[in-house]
Amino acid sequence: MTVGLSHYLTVAAILFTLGIFGIFLNRKNVIVILMSIELMLLAVNINLVAFSAFHGDLVGQIFAMIVLTVAAAEAAIGLAIVVVTFRNRGTIDVAEIDLLKG
Amino acid sequence: MYQAILFLPLVGALFAATVGRLAGARAAEVVTTTLVLITALLSWLAFHQVAILGHEERIALLEFITSGDLKAVWSLRIDTLTAVMLVVVTTVSGLVHLYSIGYMEEDDGRPRFFAYLSLFTFAMLALVTADDFVQLFFGWEGVGLCSYLLIGFWYHKPSANAAAIKAFIVNRVGDFGFALGIFAVFTLFNSVQYDTVFASAPDRVGETMQFLAWRVDALTLICLLLFMGAMGKSAQFLLHTWLPDAMEGPTPVSALIHAATMVTAGVFMVARLSPLFELAPIALGFVAIVGATTAFFAATVGLVQTDIKRVVAYSTCSQLGYMFAAEGVGAYSAGMFHLFTHASFKALLFLGAGAVIHALHHEQDLRRMGALRKVLPFTWATMLIGTLSLTGFPFTSGFVSKDAIIEATYAAHSWVGNYAFVLTLFAAVLTSFYSWRLMFLAFEGRPREPKEVLAHAHEPPWTMGAPLIVLAIGSLLMGGLFFHLFIGSGQAEFWRGSLVTHGEAHHEVPLWVMLAPTAAVALGLAVAWYFYLTNPLIPFGLAKRFRGAHQFLLNAWYFDALYDWLFVRPAKRLGRFLWKIGDNTIIDGIGPDGVAARVIDITNRVVKLQTGYIYHYAFIMLIGVALIITYFLFASGGLKP
Repeated sequence: MTVGLSHYLTVAAILFTLGIFGIFLNRKNVIVILMSIELMLLAVNINLVAFSAFHGDLVGQIFAMIVLTVAAAEAAIGLAIVVVTFRNRGTIDVAEIDLLKG
Repeated sequence: MYQAILFLPLVGALFAATVGRLAGARAAEVVTTTLVLITALLSWLAFHQVAILGHEERIALLEFITSGDLKAVWSLRIDTLTAVMLVVVTTVSGLVHLYSIGYMEEDDGRPRFFAYLSLFTFAMLALVTADDFVQLFFGWEGVGLCSYLLIGFWYHKPSANAAAIKAFIVNRVGDFGFALGIFAVFTLFNSVQYDTVFASAPDRVGETMQFLAWRVDALTLICLLLFMGAMGKSAQFLLHTWLPDAMEGPTPVSALIHAATMVTAGVFMVARLSPLFELAPIALGFVAIVGATTAFFAATVGLVQTDIKRVVAYSTCSQLGYMFAAEGVGAYSAGMFHLFTHASFKALLFLGAGAVIHALHHEQDLRRMGALRKVLPFTWATMLIGTLSLTGFPFTSGFVSKDAIIEATYAAHSWVGNYAFVLTLFAAVLTSFYSWRLMFLAFEGRPREPKEVLAHAHEPPWTMGAPLIVLAIGSLLMGGLFFHLFIGSGQAEFWRGSLVTHGEAHHEVPLWVMLAPTAAVALGLAVAWYFYLTNPLIPFGLAKRFRGAHQFLLNAWYFDALYDWLFVRPAKRLGRFLWKIGDNTIIDGIGPDGVAARVIDITNRVVKLQTGYIYHYAFIMLIGVALIITYFLFASGGLKP
């Protein structure tokens, strides 16, 4: 069995769905949300790289590198926010962070 | 000159109202008082010109209203009747201005006070110089407004506010009839000009008019409606309730507005419209009956009042009744003459009472006065002159004019005249009694005021003393000086058509009628002397034995309670109903409040969507993105479904 494009896309879709479920089924920790976002970005990256190889176009791989960079920055900022939140509110439990509640 | 008489007080009022705040109270006092005193001087000149020399004038000032047939020109009608009123109004006003400088010296609102006083003078002058009904109405409402403002001058006192509102509302009742009367005049005569109306009035006798469901005699209807206004303004029986309460205002105001000038506007109006009233004998009879009833009623109430100002107020009410009684039997000149003399002795009594109140630090209760003659000899002397004149002691001003009225009612030889004669004569006894009661309680007997108050009692300053002297002289001499002009041999040349009396006014009356008023005075004096000097316990015994009657009089025949039950409380109930049910429940409930409540309901539900949980927002964002992508995929035709 040769591994084709559709397999890559299937894996990416499974990863992406896992990320989504990780976000809204998660009742515990903000860090899990960050990780889920990371997972979704990686799923997108797999898509990009897979299409890049399939089309023989390097732009997709370069774009994947950019996404990784942005993801790293995002993780840094996200973690920083989590730290600050913990300092101010003493918790990073998602169920308790509800300042936006109307 | 006549323009100056009319407008100088207005200038003073505007000055005190605008510049007076900046320039200080003293400037406002000096300017307004000077201007009004100048006006008074000019008025005496005008009196000489018009009444003595006979130079009547009409001065057109400006076109007031021109609308269809209605044409109101603001013009000054200067005839003898106007000249008499000019003299009364401006002289008393000038003296009251002067007096107020002393009386109000501790008050912070003096610029406002003097602005109101001068504005009142202007409105009153506009009333008496009116040449048509519209201007009469302007002055009429103007004085009503100023009266309201001045009664409520001490606006921090709830009682003063209540009194001011009461005065205004009771006057509205009268003015309702007054306005209807003016409308009826216009409907009938198609003009509001006095001369036009008077000229065509004799042709209209017997014409009828639709009024509500009835056809009634037009002239009688007009006169009765107009007289309703006079009843309100002059505090006649049934519409009198506001006048005693009006004593909440400062005493100079009571002297000027509620004794000498404004309340006599009704008397003046009836005299001015004598050509109409003479053609409506039924209305005229009604005037006499109301006047005589008031004279009697107010005098009985005056017997038992304990507030010094209320005694004088009921006395005013009673004296106004005399004037109407005289006019009702066709003796307009006697009514006007009594107005003229009454202005001086009643202003004197009020200002004297003010001096007593001032000396005793705002004590008004007669039961807490006494033995003031030694302490305030000057005030006592002036008050004594005022009392002599009011009661009609021989050869004072009041004697001359009141005798003329009582004789005129007798000479009318009609049942109305007899009714008026009996009541006014009896009222003369009562007048004498309550006036002397006031004098004896305040100035004789043993001191009933606290010692420290008595120790600080002092005679008034010259600004208050000078007006008292002038008015005292007037109260003594005015009757003798002007007797032959007003009601004596010279009256025909004096009034010259400004008063119309059909039927000869002056008949010979028997000697006992001429002596009766004097006997009445003596009787009242004797009883008062016996009750309050010889045997001061008798009044208490009488009050205890005839408790019902005493309470009946003390509460002024329970008119206030009756009106409260009949009008005030139903009106309040209706108001409460309209407020709570009509406005709050129906209009607000369905309208603004209802809409607002629904909006709040909806938002309360919408707000629940805002959970505040990050994962909810993130989920919604993802769903949103998915929906958008789906839309673009299908809508742009990228994928064929």
